[in-house]
Amino acid sequence: MLPVNPQYVESIIEKERPDGLMLGFGGQTALNCGVKLDELGILKKYGVKVLGTQILGIKATEDRQLFKDSMIECGIPVLKSKTVRSFEDAKAVANEIGYPVIVRVAYTLGGKGGGVAYNEIELHEIAGRGLSASMVGQILIEEYVGSWKQIEYEVMQDYSGNNVIVCNMENVLSMKVHTGDNIVVAPSQTIDNREYHVLRTAALKATKHVGIVGECNIQFALDTDSDKFAAIEINPRLSRSSALASKATGYPLAYMSAKIGLGYTLPELVNRITKSTTACFEPSLDYIVCKHPRWDFGKFELANRKLGPTMKSVGEVMAIGRCFEESLQKAIRMLEIGNDGLVLNRLNGKTYDEEEIEEHLSKPDDLILYYVAAALRKGMSVEKIYKLSDIDPWYIEKIKNIVEIEKDLKEKDLNAQLLSRAKKFGFSDRQIARAKNKEESEIRKTRKELGIIPVVKQIDTLAAEWPAKTNYLYLTYGGNKNDLEVTQKERGVMVLGAGPYRIGSSVEFDWGTVNMVWGLQENGEKNVAVVNCNPETVSTDYDICQRLYFEELTHERILDITEFEKTKGIVTSVGGQTANNLTPKLAKSGIHLLGTSAEDVDRAENRSKFSSILDQLHIKQPPWQEFSKIGEAKNFAQEVGYPVIVRPSYVLSGAAMKVVWSQEELKQYVSEAAIVSPDHPVVISKFMLNSLEVDVDGICDGKHVIIGAIVEHIESAGVHSGDAMMCIPPWRLNNKIIETITDYTDKIAKAFHIKGPFNLQFLINDGHVYVIELNIRASRSMPFVSKLVKVNLISLASRAILGKDLPKLPHDMWKKIHTYGIKVPQFSFMQLEGADMVLGVEMQSTGEAACFGVSFYDALSKGLISVGYNLPTKGTALITIGGAENKEKLLPTVAALRHLGFKILATEHTAEFFSEKIGDVEIVHKISEPQRKPNIADLLYERKINFIINIPSTSTLEKYVGMLYDEYQIRRKAVELGIPVLTTPELADSFVKTLEWLQKNETTKEPLEPYNTIN
Amino acid sequence: MSRVTITTKKAKHVNKFGKLILGDGTVFEGSGFGYSKTVFGELVFNTGMVGYNETLTDPSYSGQILTLTYPLVGNYGVPDLAQKDNDGISKHFESDKIQIRGLVIHELSTIASHWNLALTLDEWLYNEKIPGISGIDTRELTKKLRTSGVMMAALVVSDTPIDETQVKRELAKAPKYNSEEFMNTVSTKNDQVFGNEPKSVVVIDTGVKNAIIRNVRKIGYKAIKVPWNTTIEKILSYNPKGVVISNGPGDPKKCKETIKTAKSLISKNVPTLGICLGAQILGLAGNAKTYKLKYGHRGQNKPCINLENKQVYVTSQNHGYCIDPKSLKKSNFKLWFTNADDKTVEGIKHKKKKIIAVQFHPEASPGPYDCEFVFEELKHLMEEGRAAKS
Repeated sequence: MLPVNPQYVESIIEKERPDGLMLGFGGQTALNCGVKLDELGILKKYGVKVLGTQILGIKATEDRQLFKDSMIECGIPVLKSKTVRSFEDAKAVANEIGYPVIVRVAYTLGGKGGGVAYNEIELHEIAGRGLSASMVGQILIEEYVGSWKQIEYEVMQDYSGNNVIVCNMENVLSMKVHTGDNIVVAPSQTIDNREYHVLRTAALKATKHVGIVGECNIQFALDTDSDKFAAIEINPRLSRSSALASKATGYPLAYMSAKIGLGYTLPELVNRITKSTTACFEPSLDYIVCKHPRWDFGKFELANRKLGPTMKSVGEVMAIGRCFEESLQKAIRMLEIGNDGLVLNRLNGKTYDEEEIEEHLSKPDDLILYYVAAALRKGMSVEKIYKLSDIDPWYIEKIKNIVEIEKDLKEKDLNAQLLSRAKKFGFSDRQIARAKNKEESEIRKTRKELGIIPVVKQIDTLAAEWPAKTNYLYLTYGGNKNDLEVTQKERGVMVLGAGPYRIGSSVEFDWGTVNMVWGLQENGEKNVAVVNCNPETVSTDYDICQRLYFEELTHERILDITEFEKTKGIVTSVGGQTANNLTPKLAKSGIHLLGTSAEDVDRAENRSKFSSILDQLHIKQPPWQEFSKIGEAKNFAQEVGYPVIVRPSYVLSGAAMKVVWSQEELKQYVSEAAIVSPDHPVVISKFMLNSLEVDVDGICDGKHVIIGAIVEHIESAGVHSGDAMMCIPPWRLNNKIIETITDYTDKIAKAFHIKGPFNLQFLINDGHVYVIELNIRASRSMPFVSKLVKVNLISLASRAILGKDLPKLPHDMWKKIHTYGIKVPQFSFMQLEGADMVLGVEMQSTGEAACFGVSFYDALSKGLISVGYNLPTKGTALITIGGAENKEKLLPTVAALRHLGFKILATEHTAEFFSEKIGDVEIVHKISEPQRKPNIADLLYERKINFIINIPSTSTLEKYVGMLYDEYQIRRKAVELGIPVLTTPELADSFVKTLEWLQKNETTKEPLEPYNTIN
Repeated sequence: MSRVTITTKKAKHVNKFGKLILGDGTVFEGSGFGYSKTVFGELVFNTGMVGYNETLTDPSYSGQILTLTYPLVGNYGVPDLAQKDNDGISKHFESDKIQIRGLVIHELSTIASHWNLALTLDEWLYNEKIPGISGIDTRELTKKLRTSGVMMAALVVSDTPIDETQVKRELAKAPKYNSEEFMNTVSTKNDQVFGNEPKSVVVIDTGVKNAIIRNVRKIGYKAIKVPWNTTIEKILSYNPKGVVISNGPGDPKKCKETIKTAKSLISKNVPTLGICLGAQILGLAGNAKTYKLKYGHRGQNKPCINLENKQVYVTSQNHGYCIDPKSLKKSNFKLWFTNADDKTVEGIKHKKKKIIAVQFHPEASPGPYDCEFVFEELKHLMEEGRAAKS
């Protein structure tokens, strides 16, 4: 587990001496690293061959100008454009092409730093940002064709030149919106045979010309008024699109391109689904796939929600149906954003006037399709909607079908015909129930009585022409007969996956799902079915389990599947909160839960029940209470003392959880952002400042408890556990506290009769141990813990889930490991225009890295490098620290920094403090005072600052309170320019100590050790 | 900038009574569209995801009721039927009418949207008096055909309720596809000339797709389309550089006169390309045998291996009959292409003469253009021995 950068990869090459290197599987990071390794002569030095697309081919696609040149060479049209290296040149090119122009950045991830400029002022801003984001200081200024169709092809090609198109896809929101943020259908719907095949031929020609070997994605813009088109870009690697294409077609692109990289030809490879036909073919679908992005703008109050050329989504879902309406509404439900489809959702009280709708149609954000529906309801013509939104009328008409059924459901009697029509168009029972003012269960009952049930169909790559040997399945109302039946002998257990990646739920839960499936299989359960809907996951590979349902994780759909499967039991403890939330209702519907019982899960989820059990165990919790009246809440807050954490059960806008510092603020928050009523109570708990936070990951079989590890957060409590850096072993906890935590863990796990994985969160304040919460499910940190202690916790948990005993392992097993492990969050503030990066109780990170080492700093330095921190040995640091307490706290850190030879810049107050204590601190001026020099803005742009320590004063820890706009500006500019900003005292201190450590030490570069075998 | 004018059109000949009744007695109920009528024919399926305009006008579908496995059909409508290219060949269609007897689909798009649209699919079917049915579980139907083989079926679209028993009786009496004679209906009655170059290629029309003519034009030759039963003497009177024997419907053995002509073409060593039915005819002329496949090859994703260089091409196909690979041993043909999936014969080459043939459709339309080089191959045969291309 090492950073993917040339330095570390070289050290591995030196040690392992591999013959070949594959660059196409680790996204842009791996690709960039490979190009660098080649440029540094490392590949040549060690005689390492690049397998698959060669470096020249990679460059011909990654460098915008080389790409255009090679397209022109092979006769494929491209858009007018020019590569520039300065703003002045950008301006000249833009004037020549004519505005609007799009700025694209060479060598970056997800269109990072690009944008559309409608005038010179915007060009200045976007070009500046792009030039600094580019690894090679290049940007491309290009004619903008936002209204054109965006069509993509996934190409496979072998060394002998055999090539096929595996999938073509159409973006519903035209060229305007980055494909990662677009709603995408496969196959394309609105282009005819000639367009499809002209683009297909161009795709093959272009990729052959640049020398793709393996898989790539090529994107075209296609005029809506003629057959004019242009090639936009080629991704010479497996990408998000290829993962989608693999799941959309059943063609395993990564697997096949690995084989091709090794030298196999396409015709030598076999179709993995039919197991008899060749892999050198083009899948024919008999369904329509709809990919929908998942955004998490709610977590970033200041972030700009508008969609454009920069990708902002954090995950995606894929839905399969036999018509567009069904696929789309399924996809919306899969997103887990609380919506039951495109229409008939829980109302949020919002109404829109025509002007607002028009504005939103022409400048799309994450709600664009809801605005299309709103416009149709208002009677706006399809033509007008089309002209504003550039969404092909075909899609608008389909949405109109949905809106019309909504109307019928509201106004007409619910007869069999209407019910069947609604189901065919993807309406959920809950949507129908809402229209009819009934319970979801009543609709289900009626529906089943009428025989309106979905059928199970296979995805087989060949539209039923050849029999499939695998069970890659989906459910649809667009058919009459199931493709298979589950016999009595084939009945099995079901594992629920975690749904889309989003903030707080990512690949760690997929790791849990997959390892649970394997664990169950190893422990004798041969028939394991999986339900999940995230195309980016391994759990949705059809060869992981016996039957894969690429389906919604909704109560309705899980019941449909369990009724079809006659499932013996269901596992809801590895799919994160998504699966966990389904537990009570599934139990109520009579589904047998495997593992911890639904009552025990409820005893942990229900705050009152949870507290009373802790009381019985004599275990403390931070004081909390639930309120349905604001007055009572205020009294309680006053009593326990501010700050407090407020958790409304119903949020109007913004984040769901908030730290509140004063009576005033509480009043304001509750009146503006949340509802407090008997139906929507609010929970208020004491926020304990200056506490340490600790996670424990473990498993239990009801009798024996296995503690994976005690994990300490580096940041103080108040930073969401998903955003905190974490360390194993804990290094600030004394033995007594560790013993207390161990004892509490043991007691709690037994008290809740846990059978399977669990995660406990503790707070250490003033030597006392408090329990914050118990999650009776796999946690985010479980793979990290498992890998460090070399015990696969989920694999063991599967035994408990099947009712077997766990082996007896010592509670302090983690202590015997002499390795330090650090988990570091990865943020995406760069892509989220406007978002502030100060951490708080709401999680904001979009990923993580973990590194192991022989010491704390060994592990930490690798962790920091992995998430993109540049660790300079010399240079300049800018320091702005709010509040006397923080300044005092960071004095040793700043002194150490000075001692290391760093030049220290600070804003006025901070400089005053540190000059006095350590001397020689240079004053710099705020961005809002541009006339005062030296100014932070200039220094940032000129790259004269290596990193920034910016600590908001304690009372503004919660970012929206008294946020200093100046500081926000510094952070934002730094983020946009890719300069590290350290916003907590603990992070700043660790960072500086790491720099210190690195001056005398070198990091270790050991491979990850395998799991221990446990019998 | 958005589309100057919005081009969409709504379906109107829809929501009729509709039933698809199979020879084995299975009944699929659906919603009728297009023209109200009862038709009988061989029920086949095609797995292409685009190209219904091209597919429906392919004369090889004569006598057949076509199922499209892709569930959403009609999305981009139907272009202007009258549009012709510079040679007077229809720009968007493969012949001058819908050739299928009936259409079976899962969902007919009630809206068509495309810049080049003139009609909706149901409207086109209505105008050409062809029935269509939607709301069918086409996947289930396809699986049935895959396991039982293609079979005769009746498609009924009606404005009034349908009498199933009556239709079943009629279906039992309807002429079987295998015994039907198609040549007189699909082939041209008169010779037709496209282009005015001095060099020409004669295309024997056994149900030719326009794309074949377009491709002959593309390699720089005048195309002379002649009836299926044109004599060798008549063909040679045009002094062509080469001959194409086209695709077409039905059992190749029924094209006796074409087979006879093909024999002469072989013996006279006239550069000849056979496509689909044309390939089977050449095979029969060269003493190979043909047989009927269980459910045929109809789609745009069929991988074929060129045995000369091991390259694999994704091809467009539409055939129910095939050359027997074992019978090739007794002929003067050698295998040129095989199907990578089921190893059937996809192309043959004469060992001594300038005769080549492919079972797939190098002219595409619908489908991939990857095999247009087959026409270049014909050109090469026609120009062999010359110093340079003239």
